[in-house]
Parts: sequence; structure tokens; C-alpha cells
Amino acid sequence: MTEAVQRPIKSSEIDSKFKYEISKMHGGEKLMRCFQCGTCTSDCPIARFSDTYRPRQIIRMTQLGLKDRVLNSDTLWLCASCFTCTDRCPQDVEVASVIRVLRNLAAERGHVPQVFKEQCSSILESGYAYKIPELRLKKRETLGLPPLPKGNPESLGKTLRTVHFLKHVEKKGE
Amino acid sequence: MAKSKYLMFLGCAIPYRVAAFEVSARKILGKLGVELVEMPEFNCCGLPLDPVSHEMMLILAARNLALAEQKGLNIITLCPGCAGTLKKVNKMLKEDKALRDEINCHLKEAGLEFKGTVDAKHLIQVLIEDVGLEKVKDSVVKPLTMLKVAEHNGCHILRPKELIGFDDPEDPKTLKTLIEATGATCLDYMDETECCGAPSVGVNDKIALQLARDKLNHIKTVDAQAMITICPFCHIMYDTNELRIEKMFNEAYGIPVLHYPQLLGLAMGMKPEELAFNELRVDVSKLLKQVEGGA
Repeated sequence: MTEAVQRPIKSSEIDSKFKYEISKMHGGEKLMRCFQCGTCTSDCPIARFSDTYRPRQIIRMTQLGLKDRVLNSDTLWLCASCFTCTDRCPQDVEVASVIRVLRNLAAERGHVPQVFKEQCSSILESGYAYKIPELRLKKRETLGLPPLPKGNPESLGKTLRTVHFLKHVEKKGE
Repeated sequence: MAKSKYLMFLGCAIPYRVAAFEVSARKILGKLGVELVEMPEFNCCGLPLDPVSHEMMLILAARNLALAEQKGLNIITLCPGCAGTLKKVNKMLKEDKALRDEINCHLKEAGLEFKGTVDAKHLIQVLIEDVGLEKVKDSVVKPLTMLKVAEHNGCHILRPKELIGFDDPEDPKTLKTLIEATGATCLDYMDETECCGAPSVGVNDKIALQLARDKLNHIKTVDAQAMITICPFCHIMYDTNELRIEKMFNEAYGIPVLHYPQLLGLAMGMKPEELAFNELRVDVSKLLKQVEGGA
């Protein structure tokens, strides 16, 4: 999030209610416990190879209320969800879950990498996150494997009917 | 509930491109007397969509658990991502009545209900807890004492610790124990519990491959003859992508990456062809010669 840090913060972009909004969401409850020790960033496998991904920084920006900077940032999507930060946080912040909550909010705004939309539309269509090639299905027979269980798009669609994120996906899939 | 009969939950990655894992797992489970029943219908465990919609992940996972409950069978998975997700959601919904009611409202639309009556376990958890180490050891007819290998667990079978509750994420022992049951030596190496990088593929491939390369370097340093994985995604990172990593960083590894059931299968006396060794990308001929030669 280097680019965001270099840009001066204006008081007008601070949403002081943002931290309370996050704290009310499932997984974001312990956001305000963070005392910025940096265990999450120092143990993060992605931070080792990324110049921009710093979980501690994301948490701090969230506490400060820099809502748009956090939610519009591409960096947010680099988390590998390995949960190392969650397991090692001395304050039990559940860092990975807070980041997931933030990503969910970014996704609601339609700010989401293409790969997630593709997986979602594939699941709605077949049950599987990837389109399994015909060749693979035939090969199962050669390898002596039983036929793959089929998805039930109709039944699945009913259970997911009210999920908000789908508004960003269905247009593309159809 | 019968401890030798499970509902097989394949997940998405295995049918998509990791057939060798499925072939070898079915073979060894058959030999150990574990009966597998196929899922009546399938949807993704939900894990890949957690970043975009936690609610959707919960519904997808709960739907699978509800289907398993209808069958009255516990779930076995080969993918730690699926195992972790189904286990996590199972625990969350069992313990949080408000959340359970909310998710059941969605499931009701399709005539399903989550009750919390089944378990979900990964292959290695079934082997260590239900089949038992002694039975695994007894199945070995050709101890692989000539092999020194390195293990890689992957994250989601262990983390987050509080919700998964299996083994110790900082010092996992189960896979090592199961590897040693085959007679092979399991080597210690730097950053053993580090993520393979797979979840970042598609968002930032370069970071993902750098992570995988880091681990291959550590494994090379301790002279492991092979790497043993239990996750389809980790396997793709190290086996399918090994050549790509070698080219990208101008390295030479040539480290074969086996699915754990392939290793156990060899120790059970099965032939490499039966265990789909020909599906692996990295050349395994030298390794198989060492196994054949016994030295």
C-alpha cells in the first residue's frame, strides 16, 4: 500500500465510523485490539515477496478510517489466506478474517479480481470452481475412476438466491 | 457411525488436474479396508469464494454437510482446503445457533437442513485417527528405507488452529509419522510450514512462484530425494510449476513431488503404473530406480 501512504491523508477522507462498522461484522470483531506489534507482517509469506502487501498497515488504515483507500486497493487481494497471522497474533485479532471482511466489502463495490468472478460463475453453472474439460472426464474412465458427481445448479441457485455478490457475476456468466 | 465407510468429497482441483492423487488415494484406502461412497451431487466446498462473500462460502459448505447428513456418512476429503472449510463451518454452525438458523434459511429453499451430525476429515486424519498407525504400518511390505524425503503439509489442514483443531500448525507431526511408517526418512528443513503460494496464483503469479521457489531451495539444501504433499494445490505449485520456476529463476531442481498415497502405495508393494506415477510432471525415473534397487 506504498502508493497510499505516500499520498497525504486529508481529514475529509477519514471515516471514523469505519472501524465500528467492521467490528460489527463476523470476523472483524477484534479489529480494535490491534496494538501494531507487526507480528502479522513479519510472519506473512506474501509480505516477504511483495513490496506493498503489509497486513499491519491494512489493519491500521482500517482503524484510522481510511475506508476508500483500503477498499479500493489492489494490495488487499494479495493475501493468501494461509492464516499464519491469525494463529500468531498475540492480541488474537484474527487478522486474516479482518482482511477477508474488507475484501468482502470491496467485492460488494464490484472491486474484485476477475479470477473470483470466473470461479463463482463456474460454481453456479456446474458446482465445480473450474470448468472440467471433457478430456479429463473421459480420462477418468481410462484411469479406472468412477464418474464425477454432477452439480445441481437449480438447487444450488435456490440456496444462493439472496447472496449480494452474485450481482457482479451473473451478467458475465450469461 | 461406521469408521471404515466415508462419503468421498473430491473438491474441484483434483478432478480438474490432479488425477494421480485420486487414483493413488483410492488404491491405498481400498487396501486398508476403507469403503468410499461417492457424493450424491456436488458443489464446491466454498473456500475459493470466502474472499468475495463469506456468506456464500458458509452456504456452499453447509450444503455439502447437509447432503452428507442425509446419507448418514462422515466426509473424507483429499484436499486440505475442502477439509478445513467443511470442518470449520461444521464447528461454527454447531456452536452458533443464530448463524445456523440464518444459513438454514438459505438451505431450506432447496429442501435441505444442516443439523450437525457428521464429521469431515482429510485423508491423513482418517489414516492416523480412524485406520490407525499400526494398520498403516502393517500394510507395508516393501519398506522404503532407501528414501530421504521432505514433507509439505499445506496451510488449511492446520490453520486457523482454533477452528481446525488438528495437529500442531507450528510443528506438525502427523504427515511425518505417516511418511516414516513407509520406512522412508523424513528430513527437517527451514520454513517447513510455509505456504506454497497457490492462493495468490491468478492475483499475482510472480509472488506465488517466488514462494514455491523458496521452499524448493530449502528442500534442495537438505538433499531430499522427493517432496511429499497432501494437497492438490500445493502439488500443482511444486510439481506442475517446477519447470516454470526453474526457467523463471534459472534454477535446476529436478525434485520429484509425490502425493503421500503414492509413497504409501509403493511401500504397499503397488506398481508405479497403478499409482498413476506417469501423471506427474517432474521426472521420477531416477527415484523409482532407487526404490527398485533398494539402495
